[in-house]
Amino acid sequence: MQKLLPYILNGISAGGQYALISIGYTLVYGILRLINFAHGDVFMVAGLILVYSSATLPFYFSIPLVLVCTAVLGFVIERAAYKPLRSAPRMSLMISAIGVSYLIQNLAFYLTGGLPQPVTRPIPWVSGMVTVLGASTKRVTLVTPVLTLALVLVLLWLTRRTRIGIGMRAASRDFETAQLMGVKINSVISFTFVVGSFLAAVGSLLYFTNYPNVAITSGAMPGLKAFVAAVFGGIGSIPGAVVGAFLIGLSEEIIKGLGYSTFSDAFTFALLIVILCVKPTGLFGESAADKV
Amino acid sequence: MSMEDILQIRDLYVSYGGIEAVKGISLHVERGKIVTLIGSNGAGKSTTLKTVAGLVRPKSGQILFEGEDLVGRSTDQIVARGVTLVPEGRRVFPNLTVKENLRIGAYLRKDDYSRDLAWVYELFPRLKEREWQPAGTLSGGEQQMLAVGRALMAKPKLVMMDEPSLGLAPLIVKGIFSIIREINRQGITVLLIEQNANMALKTADWAYVMQTGSLILEGTGQELADDETVKSAYLGVKK
Repeated sequence: MQKLLPYILNGISAGGQYALISIGYTLVYGILRLINFAHGDVFMVAGLILVYSSATLPFYFSIPLVLVCTAVLGFVIERAAYKPLRSAPRMSLMISAIGVSYLIQNLAFYLTGGLPQPVTRPIPWVSGMVTVLGASTKRVTLVTPVLTLALVLVLLWLTRRTRIGIGMRAASRDFETAQLMGVKINSVISFTFVVGSFLAAVGSLLYFTNYPNVAITSGAMPGLKAFVAAVFGGIGSIPGAVVGAFLIGLSEEIIKGLGYSTFSDAFTFALLIVILCVKPTGLFGESAADKV
Repeated sequence: MSMEDILQIRDLYVSYGGIEAVKGISLHVERGKIVTLIGSNGAGKSTTLKTVAGLVRPKSGQILFEGEDLVGRSTDQIVARGVTLVPEGRRVFPNLTVKENLRIGAYLRKDDYSRDLAWVYELFPRLKEREWQPAGTLSGGEQQMLAVGRALMAKPKLVMMDEPSLGLAPLIVKGIFSIIREINRQGITVLLIEQNANMALKTADWAYVMQTGSLILEGTGQELADDETVKSAYLGVKK
């Protein structure tokens, strides 16, 4: 147990980071029935903004800048690449999402010259070391799950208690009737992208505290795993995405702890296939009646 | 002819799903009345209401609400002016509670809507009992009550109803129609489309008959109920 403890801590931390990304997938899917393939790249861009801005700006300025710019990026992607396809077949939307993903990676390639950008100034305090029950780890390991759960609670409050949140839930079931209530569909969709991208940016800040550099493909693996987490939990469900993310994060790290590091990624993707075969609606998913 | 028309449709043409569903209709709805539009399935009734609500764009024509043309306005702008539509098939939000469904009916209101909520619960005590239940768990009749209550929460001047009796038991249908009269007594104008022509003509002050995109007859509810064509085509009365 003592030997596994650091892995369990890492697993909870990775789970929190996956959760923050997977909420973005699940929210967008809930409202547009779209798997937003560009979401992992939005996560990567947040990392790049952090590297560039923290090189010259103090953290109390660069961190808010990362959050705001990433949220704006999510908004712009939706307006430019998805909104014009509102009445197009869903397949066109998916293809547009793939296009956005590669476009972002290529723009990042142009910006970085293709070189991984070192995180020379990790965020202070959270990157400091602490000792938990004899295991030594970065503070971010403990901060991540707490911050994640706090943000999830805020998000649940937002969708249950606020006007725009109820509008979001209504639109996720029935666009036309939501419009008849006076809900502005385009505002609700933009809001969804802003929230999803903001959470991915928080995830990114935490994630790159543990990683030495940001490469243009840095978003691919965490993005894919967060996507698996969303499917595992039942895509469209916020609690599902969170539970799925923590389970995947923990499983991966425990597998590493048992000495099978080589197979930890394979496990996640094998899990995806098994879920799709056995229970396609995931742990908390609604019935597939009105879906693809 | 009338004291004041709250709604005037002038020479409206609408293409919907590749076919010309509405072919140049003109009608008017007097303030404070119940007006019905009857006709068989596919006559273009639903398309007409959806066009007034701003969900469908017309090819040409005018839709004047209190003298202002609604054509080109978005649905939320139309709702804000006091026009609501109770859609066909009720379309309550099954994942929201009864209370949330009513709350979203008041989505655009900035004033206090607690009096209207109390009124809706008075009209439909059953909804008050089930306030915290997801709307998906209600029976068909209760969902229809919720759909009507939800439309009232916007504090509308004109409520349009698309087939409120569809698929409901006769006793429940009677209840729904008495609610329609009650709403109307509170000063709300009602534009009702129905395949249940019998009930609709009994309830309405003025009625239109629509057939394949055109209006073919109009008159008071009683006049049309006595009309031979209407009797044989829509009331199921054999000669």
